[in-house]
Amino acid sequence: MVVPILQQRVRYLFSELGELAHIAGEAFRSLRHHRPSWRDFVEQLHFIGVKSQSVVITTGAATGMVLCAQTYFQFHKVKMDTATGAVVSVGMCSELGPVLACLMIAGRVGAAMAAELGTMKVTEQIDALRTLATHPVDHLVVPRLLAATVAAPLLTAEAVAVGIFASWMVGAHLLGIDSAYYVANMNRYTAPTDVVTGLIKATLFGAAIAVISCYKGLSCQQGAEGVGKATTEAVVYSSITVLVANFFLTLFLTRLFKG
Amino acid sequence: MIEVRDLWKSFGPQPVLLGTCLRIEKGEAVVIIGRSGGGKSVLLKHLIALLQPDRGQVLVDGQDLCRLDERQLLQVRRKFGMLFQMAALFDSLTVYENVSFVLQRERRHTEAQMRKLVAEALEMVELRGIEEKKPAELSGGMRKRVGLARAIIYRPEILLYDEPTTGLDPVAGARIDQLIHRVWEQLHVTSIAVTHDMASARRISKRILMLHEGGIYADGPSADILSSTDPVVHNFVNGIVPADSQSFA
Ligand SMILES: Nc1ncnc2c1ncn2[C@@H]1O[C@H](COP(=O)(O)OP(=O)(O)OP(=O)(O)O)[C@@H](O)[C@H]1O
Ligand SMILES: [Mg+2]
Repeated sequence: MVVPILQQRVRYLFSELGELAHIAGEAFRSLRHHRPSWRDFVEQLHFIGVKSQSVVITTGAATGMVLCAQTYFQFHKVKMDTATGAVVSVGMCSELGPVLACLMIAGRVGAAMAAELGTMKVTEQIDALRTLATHPVDHLVVPRLLAATVAAPLLTAEAVAVGIFASWMVGAHLLGIDSAYYVANMNRYTAPTDVVTGLIKATLFGAAIAVISCYKGLSCQQGAEGVGKATTEAVVYSSITVLVANFFLTLFLTRLFKG
Repeated sequence: MIEVRDLWKSFGPQPVLLGTCLRIEKGEAVVIIGRSGGGKSVLLKHLIALLQPDRGQVLVDGQDLCRLDERQLLQVRRKFGMLFQMAALFDSLTVYENVSFVLQRERRHTEAQMRKLVAEALEMVELRGIEEKKPAELSGGMRKRVGLARAIIYRPEILLYDEPTTGLDPVAGARIDQLIHRVWEQLHVTSIAVTHDMASARRISKRILMLHEGGIYADGPSADILSSTDPVVHNFVNGIVPADSQSFA
């Protein structure tokens, strides 16, 4: 009883992964052979980049503030108050910044992509596109993929910057940590590789969110229910991918940068 | 030339096409009739490879569509124009952007030329001054006509119409029939339409194919089919409910 169900699940998982890889491969092939539409790219960049500002800034600030406060409460017990800034900064740059910013992007942008493409699928607009001699990947996936790949690291950088500034405000002005030490320790312990790690992660997360969400939209089942399901799955799968990939990327990039 | 050989298609447990065969020569005007849910739209979508058959071949000018991948199909599809049953306009684009879609992608015309071509195409379907409207702002019949303009603007060789006149008032329907006939006559296209409207079938086709129970049941010149004495065809064409049938099932 259990074994066939498990078998079915595993088979389903692999077929999904196969389809996903197919779309990603098709997107890269399209990038090599076709000039992507500049206008669609800019439109997507506006939607993903500019319109995610409020969400990303709020996330960055809230995370920076609470991380600073919590770190301070613990470090204060061992008289290491001035190291707070370093912890916040390293944590924000390499882990929390990319992960939380990209989770928010997955929720906002991934859902929108899957819903839009899913609706196009169920109303036969994708079929119409194909009859007009246009590959859905060229026309729909590539601009979204490019825009998400460009926007995600920028949004992450923004979240990190805002987060660190917010943590400094909390640390130096609310909790009374010495501002000069706070900044000095922060600079001393934050390596350029921490920043680079975060940006690399964000770039990959952005690409993954776009590919997964577009795939979910394009493989949407019939009806409003299908679109709803595709949207939910796009957000869930993108988020899980971000979280799981983050762990492995941390291991890999640390190896790479720190020998 | 389009040839369908032994086409089988089912969706899950439900069989739709059971070994359909047909052959349509270049420049013909054909209408496909058949019961609602009988698989006419599915058949039409196979002709342009929007659906993959479970078994069988679809040959367009000798090329088997089932053997081509999506990118190779794009080349073949350039020969086709298709009007969808529900129009399938891109709802995030304006009417102008919809109709000029292929022209924009091909980048062969200037903006001014495209404006002119779109205005002409819309004129043909008797729509004026709606270029900047979004599909959601149009009525069903208007959308259908915009879909038609989008399909004919790039002068395809083969036109597929899925119920071109359903949802239009009788006069507008007759005008669309005239347009389809004119396009067929003047542009020498192959014209394949699905319709439920026998008057329309008479106007736009020289030959009628009847799809029944997954296969082509009847095939012949329009006049013959419309006056056929075969009970199945006769009942369908004249809308007669057979005495022994009790429900839609
Ligand atoms: N994508 C699909 N998934 C599952 N079943 C489908 C799909 N498309 C069509 N079908 C089924 O195939 C059958 C034939 O559908 P089709 O749309 O071809 O009918 P039709 O002859 O065009 O009818 P109508 O005249 O009402 O448009 C229907 O019973 C429908 O349930
Ligand atoms: Mg139909």
